[in-house]
Amino acid sequence: MSVKVYVPRDSAALSVGAEGVARAIASEASSRGLDITLVRNGSRGMFWLEPLVEVETAHGRIAYGPVSREAVAGLFDGGFFEGKAHALCLGPTEEIAYLKQQERLTFARCGIVNPLSIDDYIAHGGYRGLAQALTLEPLAIVDTIQASGLRGRGGAGFPTGIKWNTVLHVKADQNYICCNADEGDSGTYADRMIMEGDPFVVIEGMTIAAIAVAATQGYIYSRSEYPHAFRTMQRAIAIAYEHGYLGANVAGSGKRFDLDVRLGAGAYICGEETSMLESLEGRRGQIRPKPPLPAIEGLFGKPTVVNNLITLASVPIIMDKGAEYYRDFGMGKSRGTLTIQLAGNIKHGGLVEKAFGITLRDAIYSFGGGTATGRPLRAVQVGGPLGAYFPESLLDTPLDYEAFAARKGMLGHGGVVVFDDTVDLAKQARFAMEFCAIESCGKCTPCRIGSTRGVEVIDRIIANENRTENLELLDDLCELMTDGSLCALGGLIPLPVMSAVRHFPEDFDKPAPAPPAVIDAAALKSNRETHPWR
Amino acid sequence: MSNLLAWDADRAQARIRELEHLPGALLPILHALQEEFGYIDAAATSMIANALNLSHAEVHGVVSFYHDFRHSAPGRHLLRICRAESCQSMGCESLVQHVEKRLGVKLGETTPDQSLTIEQVFCLGNCALSPAVMLDGEPYGKVSPSVADFLIDSARRQQ
Repeated sequence: MSVKVYVPRDSAALSVGAEGVARAIASEASSRGLDITLVRNGSRGMFWLEPLVEVETAHGRIAYGPVSREAVAGLFDGGFFEGKAHALCLGPTEEIAYLKQQERLTFARCGIVNPLSIDDYIAHGGYRGLAQALTLEPLAIVDTIQASGLRGRGGAGFPTGIKWNTVLHVKADQNYICCNADEGDSGTYADRMIMEGDPFVVIEGMTIAAIAVAATQGYIYSRSEYPHAFRTMQRAIAIAYEHGYLGANVAGSGKRFDLDVRLGAGAYICGEETSMLESLEGRRGQIRPKPPLPAIEGLFGKPTVVNNLITLASVPIIMDKGAEYYRDFGMGKSRGTLTIQLAGNIKHGGLVEKAFGITLRDAIYSFGGGTATGRPLRAVQVGGPLGAYFPESLLDTPLDYEAFAARKGMLGHGGVVVFDDTVDLAKQARFAMEFCAIESCGKCTPCRIGSTRGVEVIDRIIANENRTENLELLDDLCELMTDGSLCALGGLIPLPVMSAVRHFPEDFDKPAPAPPAVIDAAALKSNRETHPWR
Repeated sequence: MSNLLAWDADRAQARIRELEHLPGALLPILHALQEEFGYIDAAATSMIANALNLSHAEVHGVVSFYHDFRHSAPGRHLLRICRAESCQSMGCESLVQHVEKRLGVKLGETTPDQSLTIEQVFCLGNCALSPAVMLDGEPYGKVSPSVADFLIDSARRQQ
């Protein structure tokens, strides 16, 4: 009997050699005359263990990792086919504490199924949500989503049901569904993992949205930085068409839904919904003033649902298991699960899907295991480049939209970037302004000009030129950008800047640095020695 | 990357024709041309403008807005180094300095032998394995200076 062996095709797994491991396993098996079926699954999201290889045994799936190409022959010698013990053996995958302590709803299938097998998708509960939706009136679908408490996972946290309800009630000859997969925040990779590991859940979520609001065309807007995700998504769409889950007669319902995936071109601002619509229409990704809301005048001037990919990927399970099932997870006004992405200087970086409400400290220490370098943690940036830098004293903040807002922070898309005590927050504040200057679409003055002035002011603060006056000026500038910018880029960049000033004032009060020294080989060598992860 | 074609107006016209019917066709066309030639030749602007019934200025405005689109041909290989916060926390700035020093070129430039272009990128979505780079569309994680050297050397040895 053929033994199933799983080697992920997720980009992060590929980035540490999964392709070579897959090839080595195939050739080792064939030279030993063993019959294997190699499945290229998505990632389980435990990236420090990648490439994570799994073998299907009578006792379930047994995990080994991190597996290098060189270790493959030894695994075969050690009886890896029977799931026997080995230095790299992690035991049954489902029993690994990191996974076992999670509540995987949106990521229920990611890393488990073959992402390009629609049969596998259906066998693991796929398309049950759509089947349920097809028995309901559009308004009942919208009500279910509203009752589940699902809020936009892109960062703004707007109730999804309200958005859908608006589109449903606008009279128009064409409605659209747009999936925002322009995941540009540093520290985030949940969208990428789903596109590479469970693409059909995005297609199903969008199809349900389309049926709810009578849309017949959908677009997924992804990133050129994600070439593997783009190709997987394209192939999954083609497969869904072949099997009658997209096109003129979705799942035999007589309803039409067409879907296409498009690529951005390296502009962070296109993650903002109106910029994304401009870009999809073939224009510069400059934001549109609101109103009109995209729900009323969106893509090509038509009513459009614009939802983050994780939002849409959460829809099928809500339709399948019911609004209450989903709503019972979470705290306060943040219902369901959050896909936390542990990143940066972290020992056990990866995806943690948990009900809202676990503390930042729990995420970083219970799951993440602290810093990768082993040095003390000094700062954490949650929510991407527009999120605040929190010091250690704020680590007990629960991961919840309102709790973060109350501490002048932002949950955003759930990215958690950890920094050790070598970080210089004045530099990070400067980078925030620099990033805003590079990525500003140029539409409004506070963001376009303010970001460049911000870099200059912070440079003067670092150089110890009239420090007190310049700190006041920075505060003033940030207030103006917050109040006067048209969108979240200029409007939120003051969060990382002012949180750095507020929580780490000592970094803005150092002697002016000497001119940068020329880096030489000896310095790099000693850098490697003091930073063993290199 | 290494199989880029030299600019060819007929070939470009054919690619434009394949895609011009799409709603919002401009970005798909620009991606197709850059995939083919590695950059957007100035001559493409008026061809696209004619095909989509846009002004020359509108097309130029789009090409120049997006960081991805190049105005001249890159080297045979392309190394993109992430400089976003997650990679910063794991020392990407010293990685950038190392690569620039070794190659004698800055980010956004091509080595004199045309073998390699290096660019900055803000986030490759590989933030649990920082610092991250992408070489010719393939991702690499936990990239130390010596791993970067290895990648650069093997790419430059290929044609």
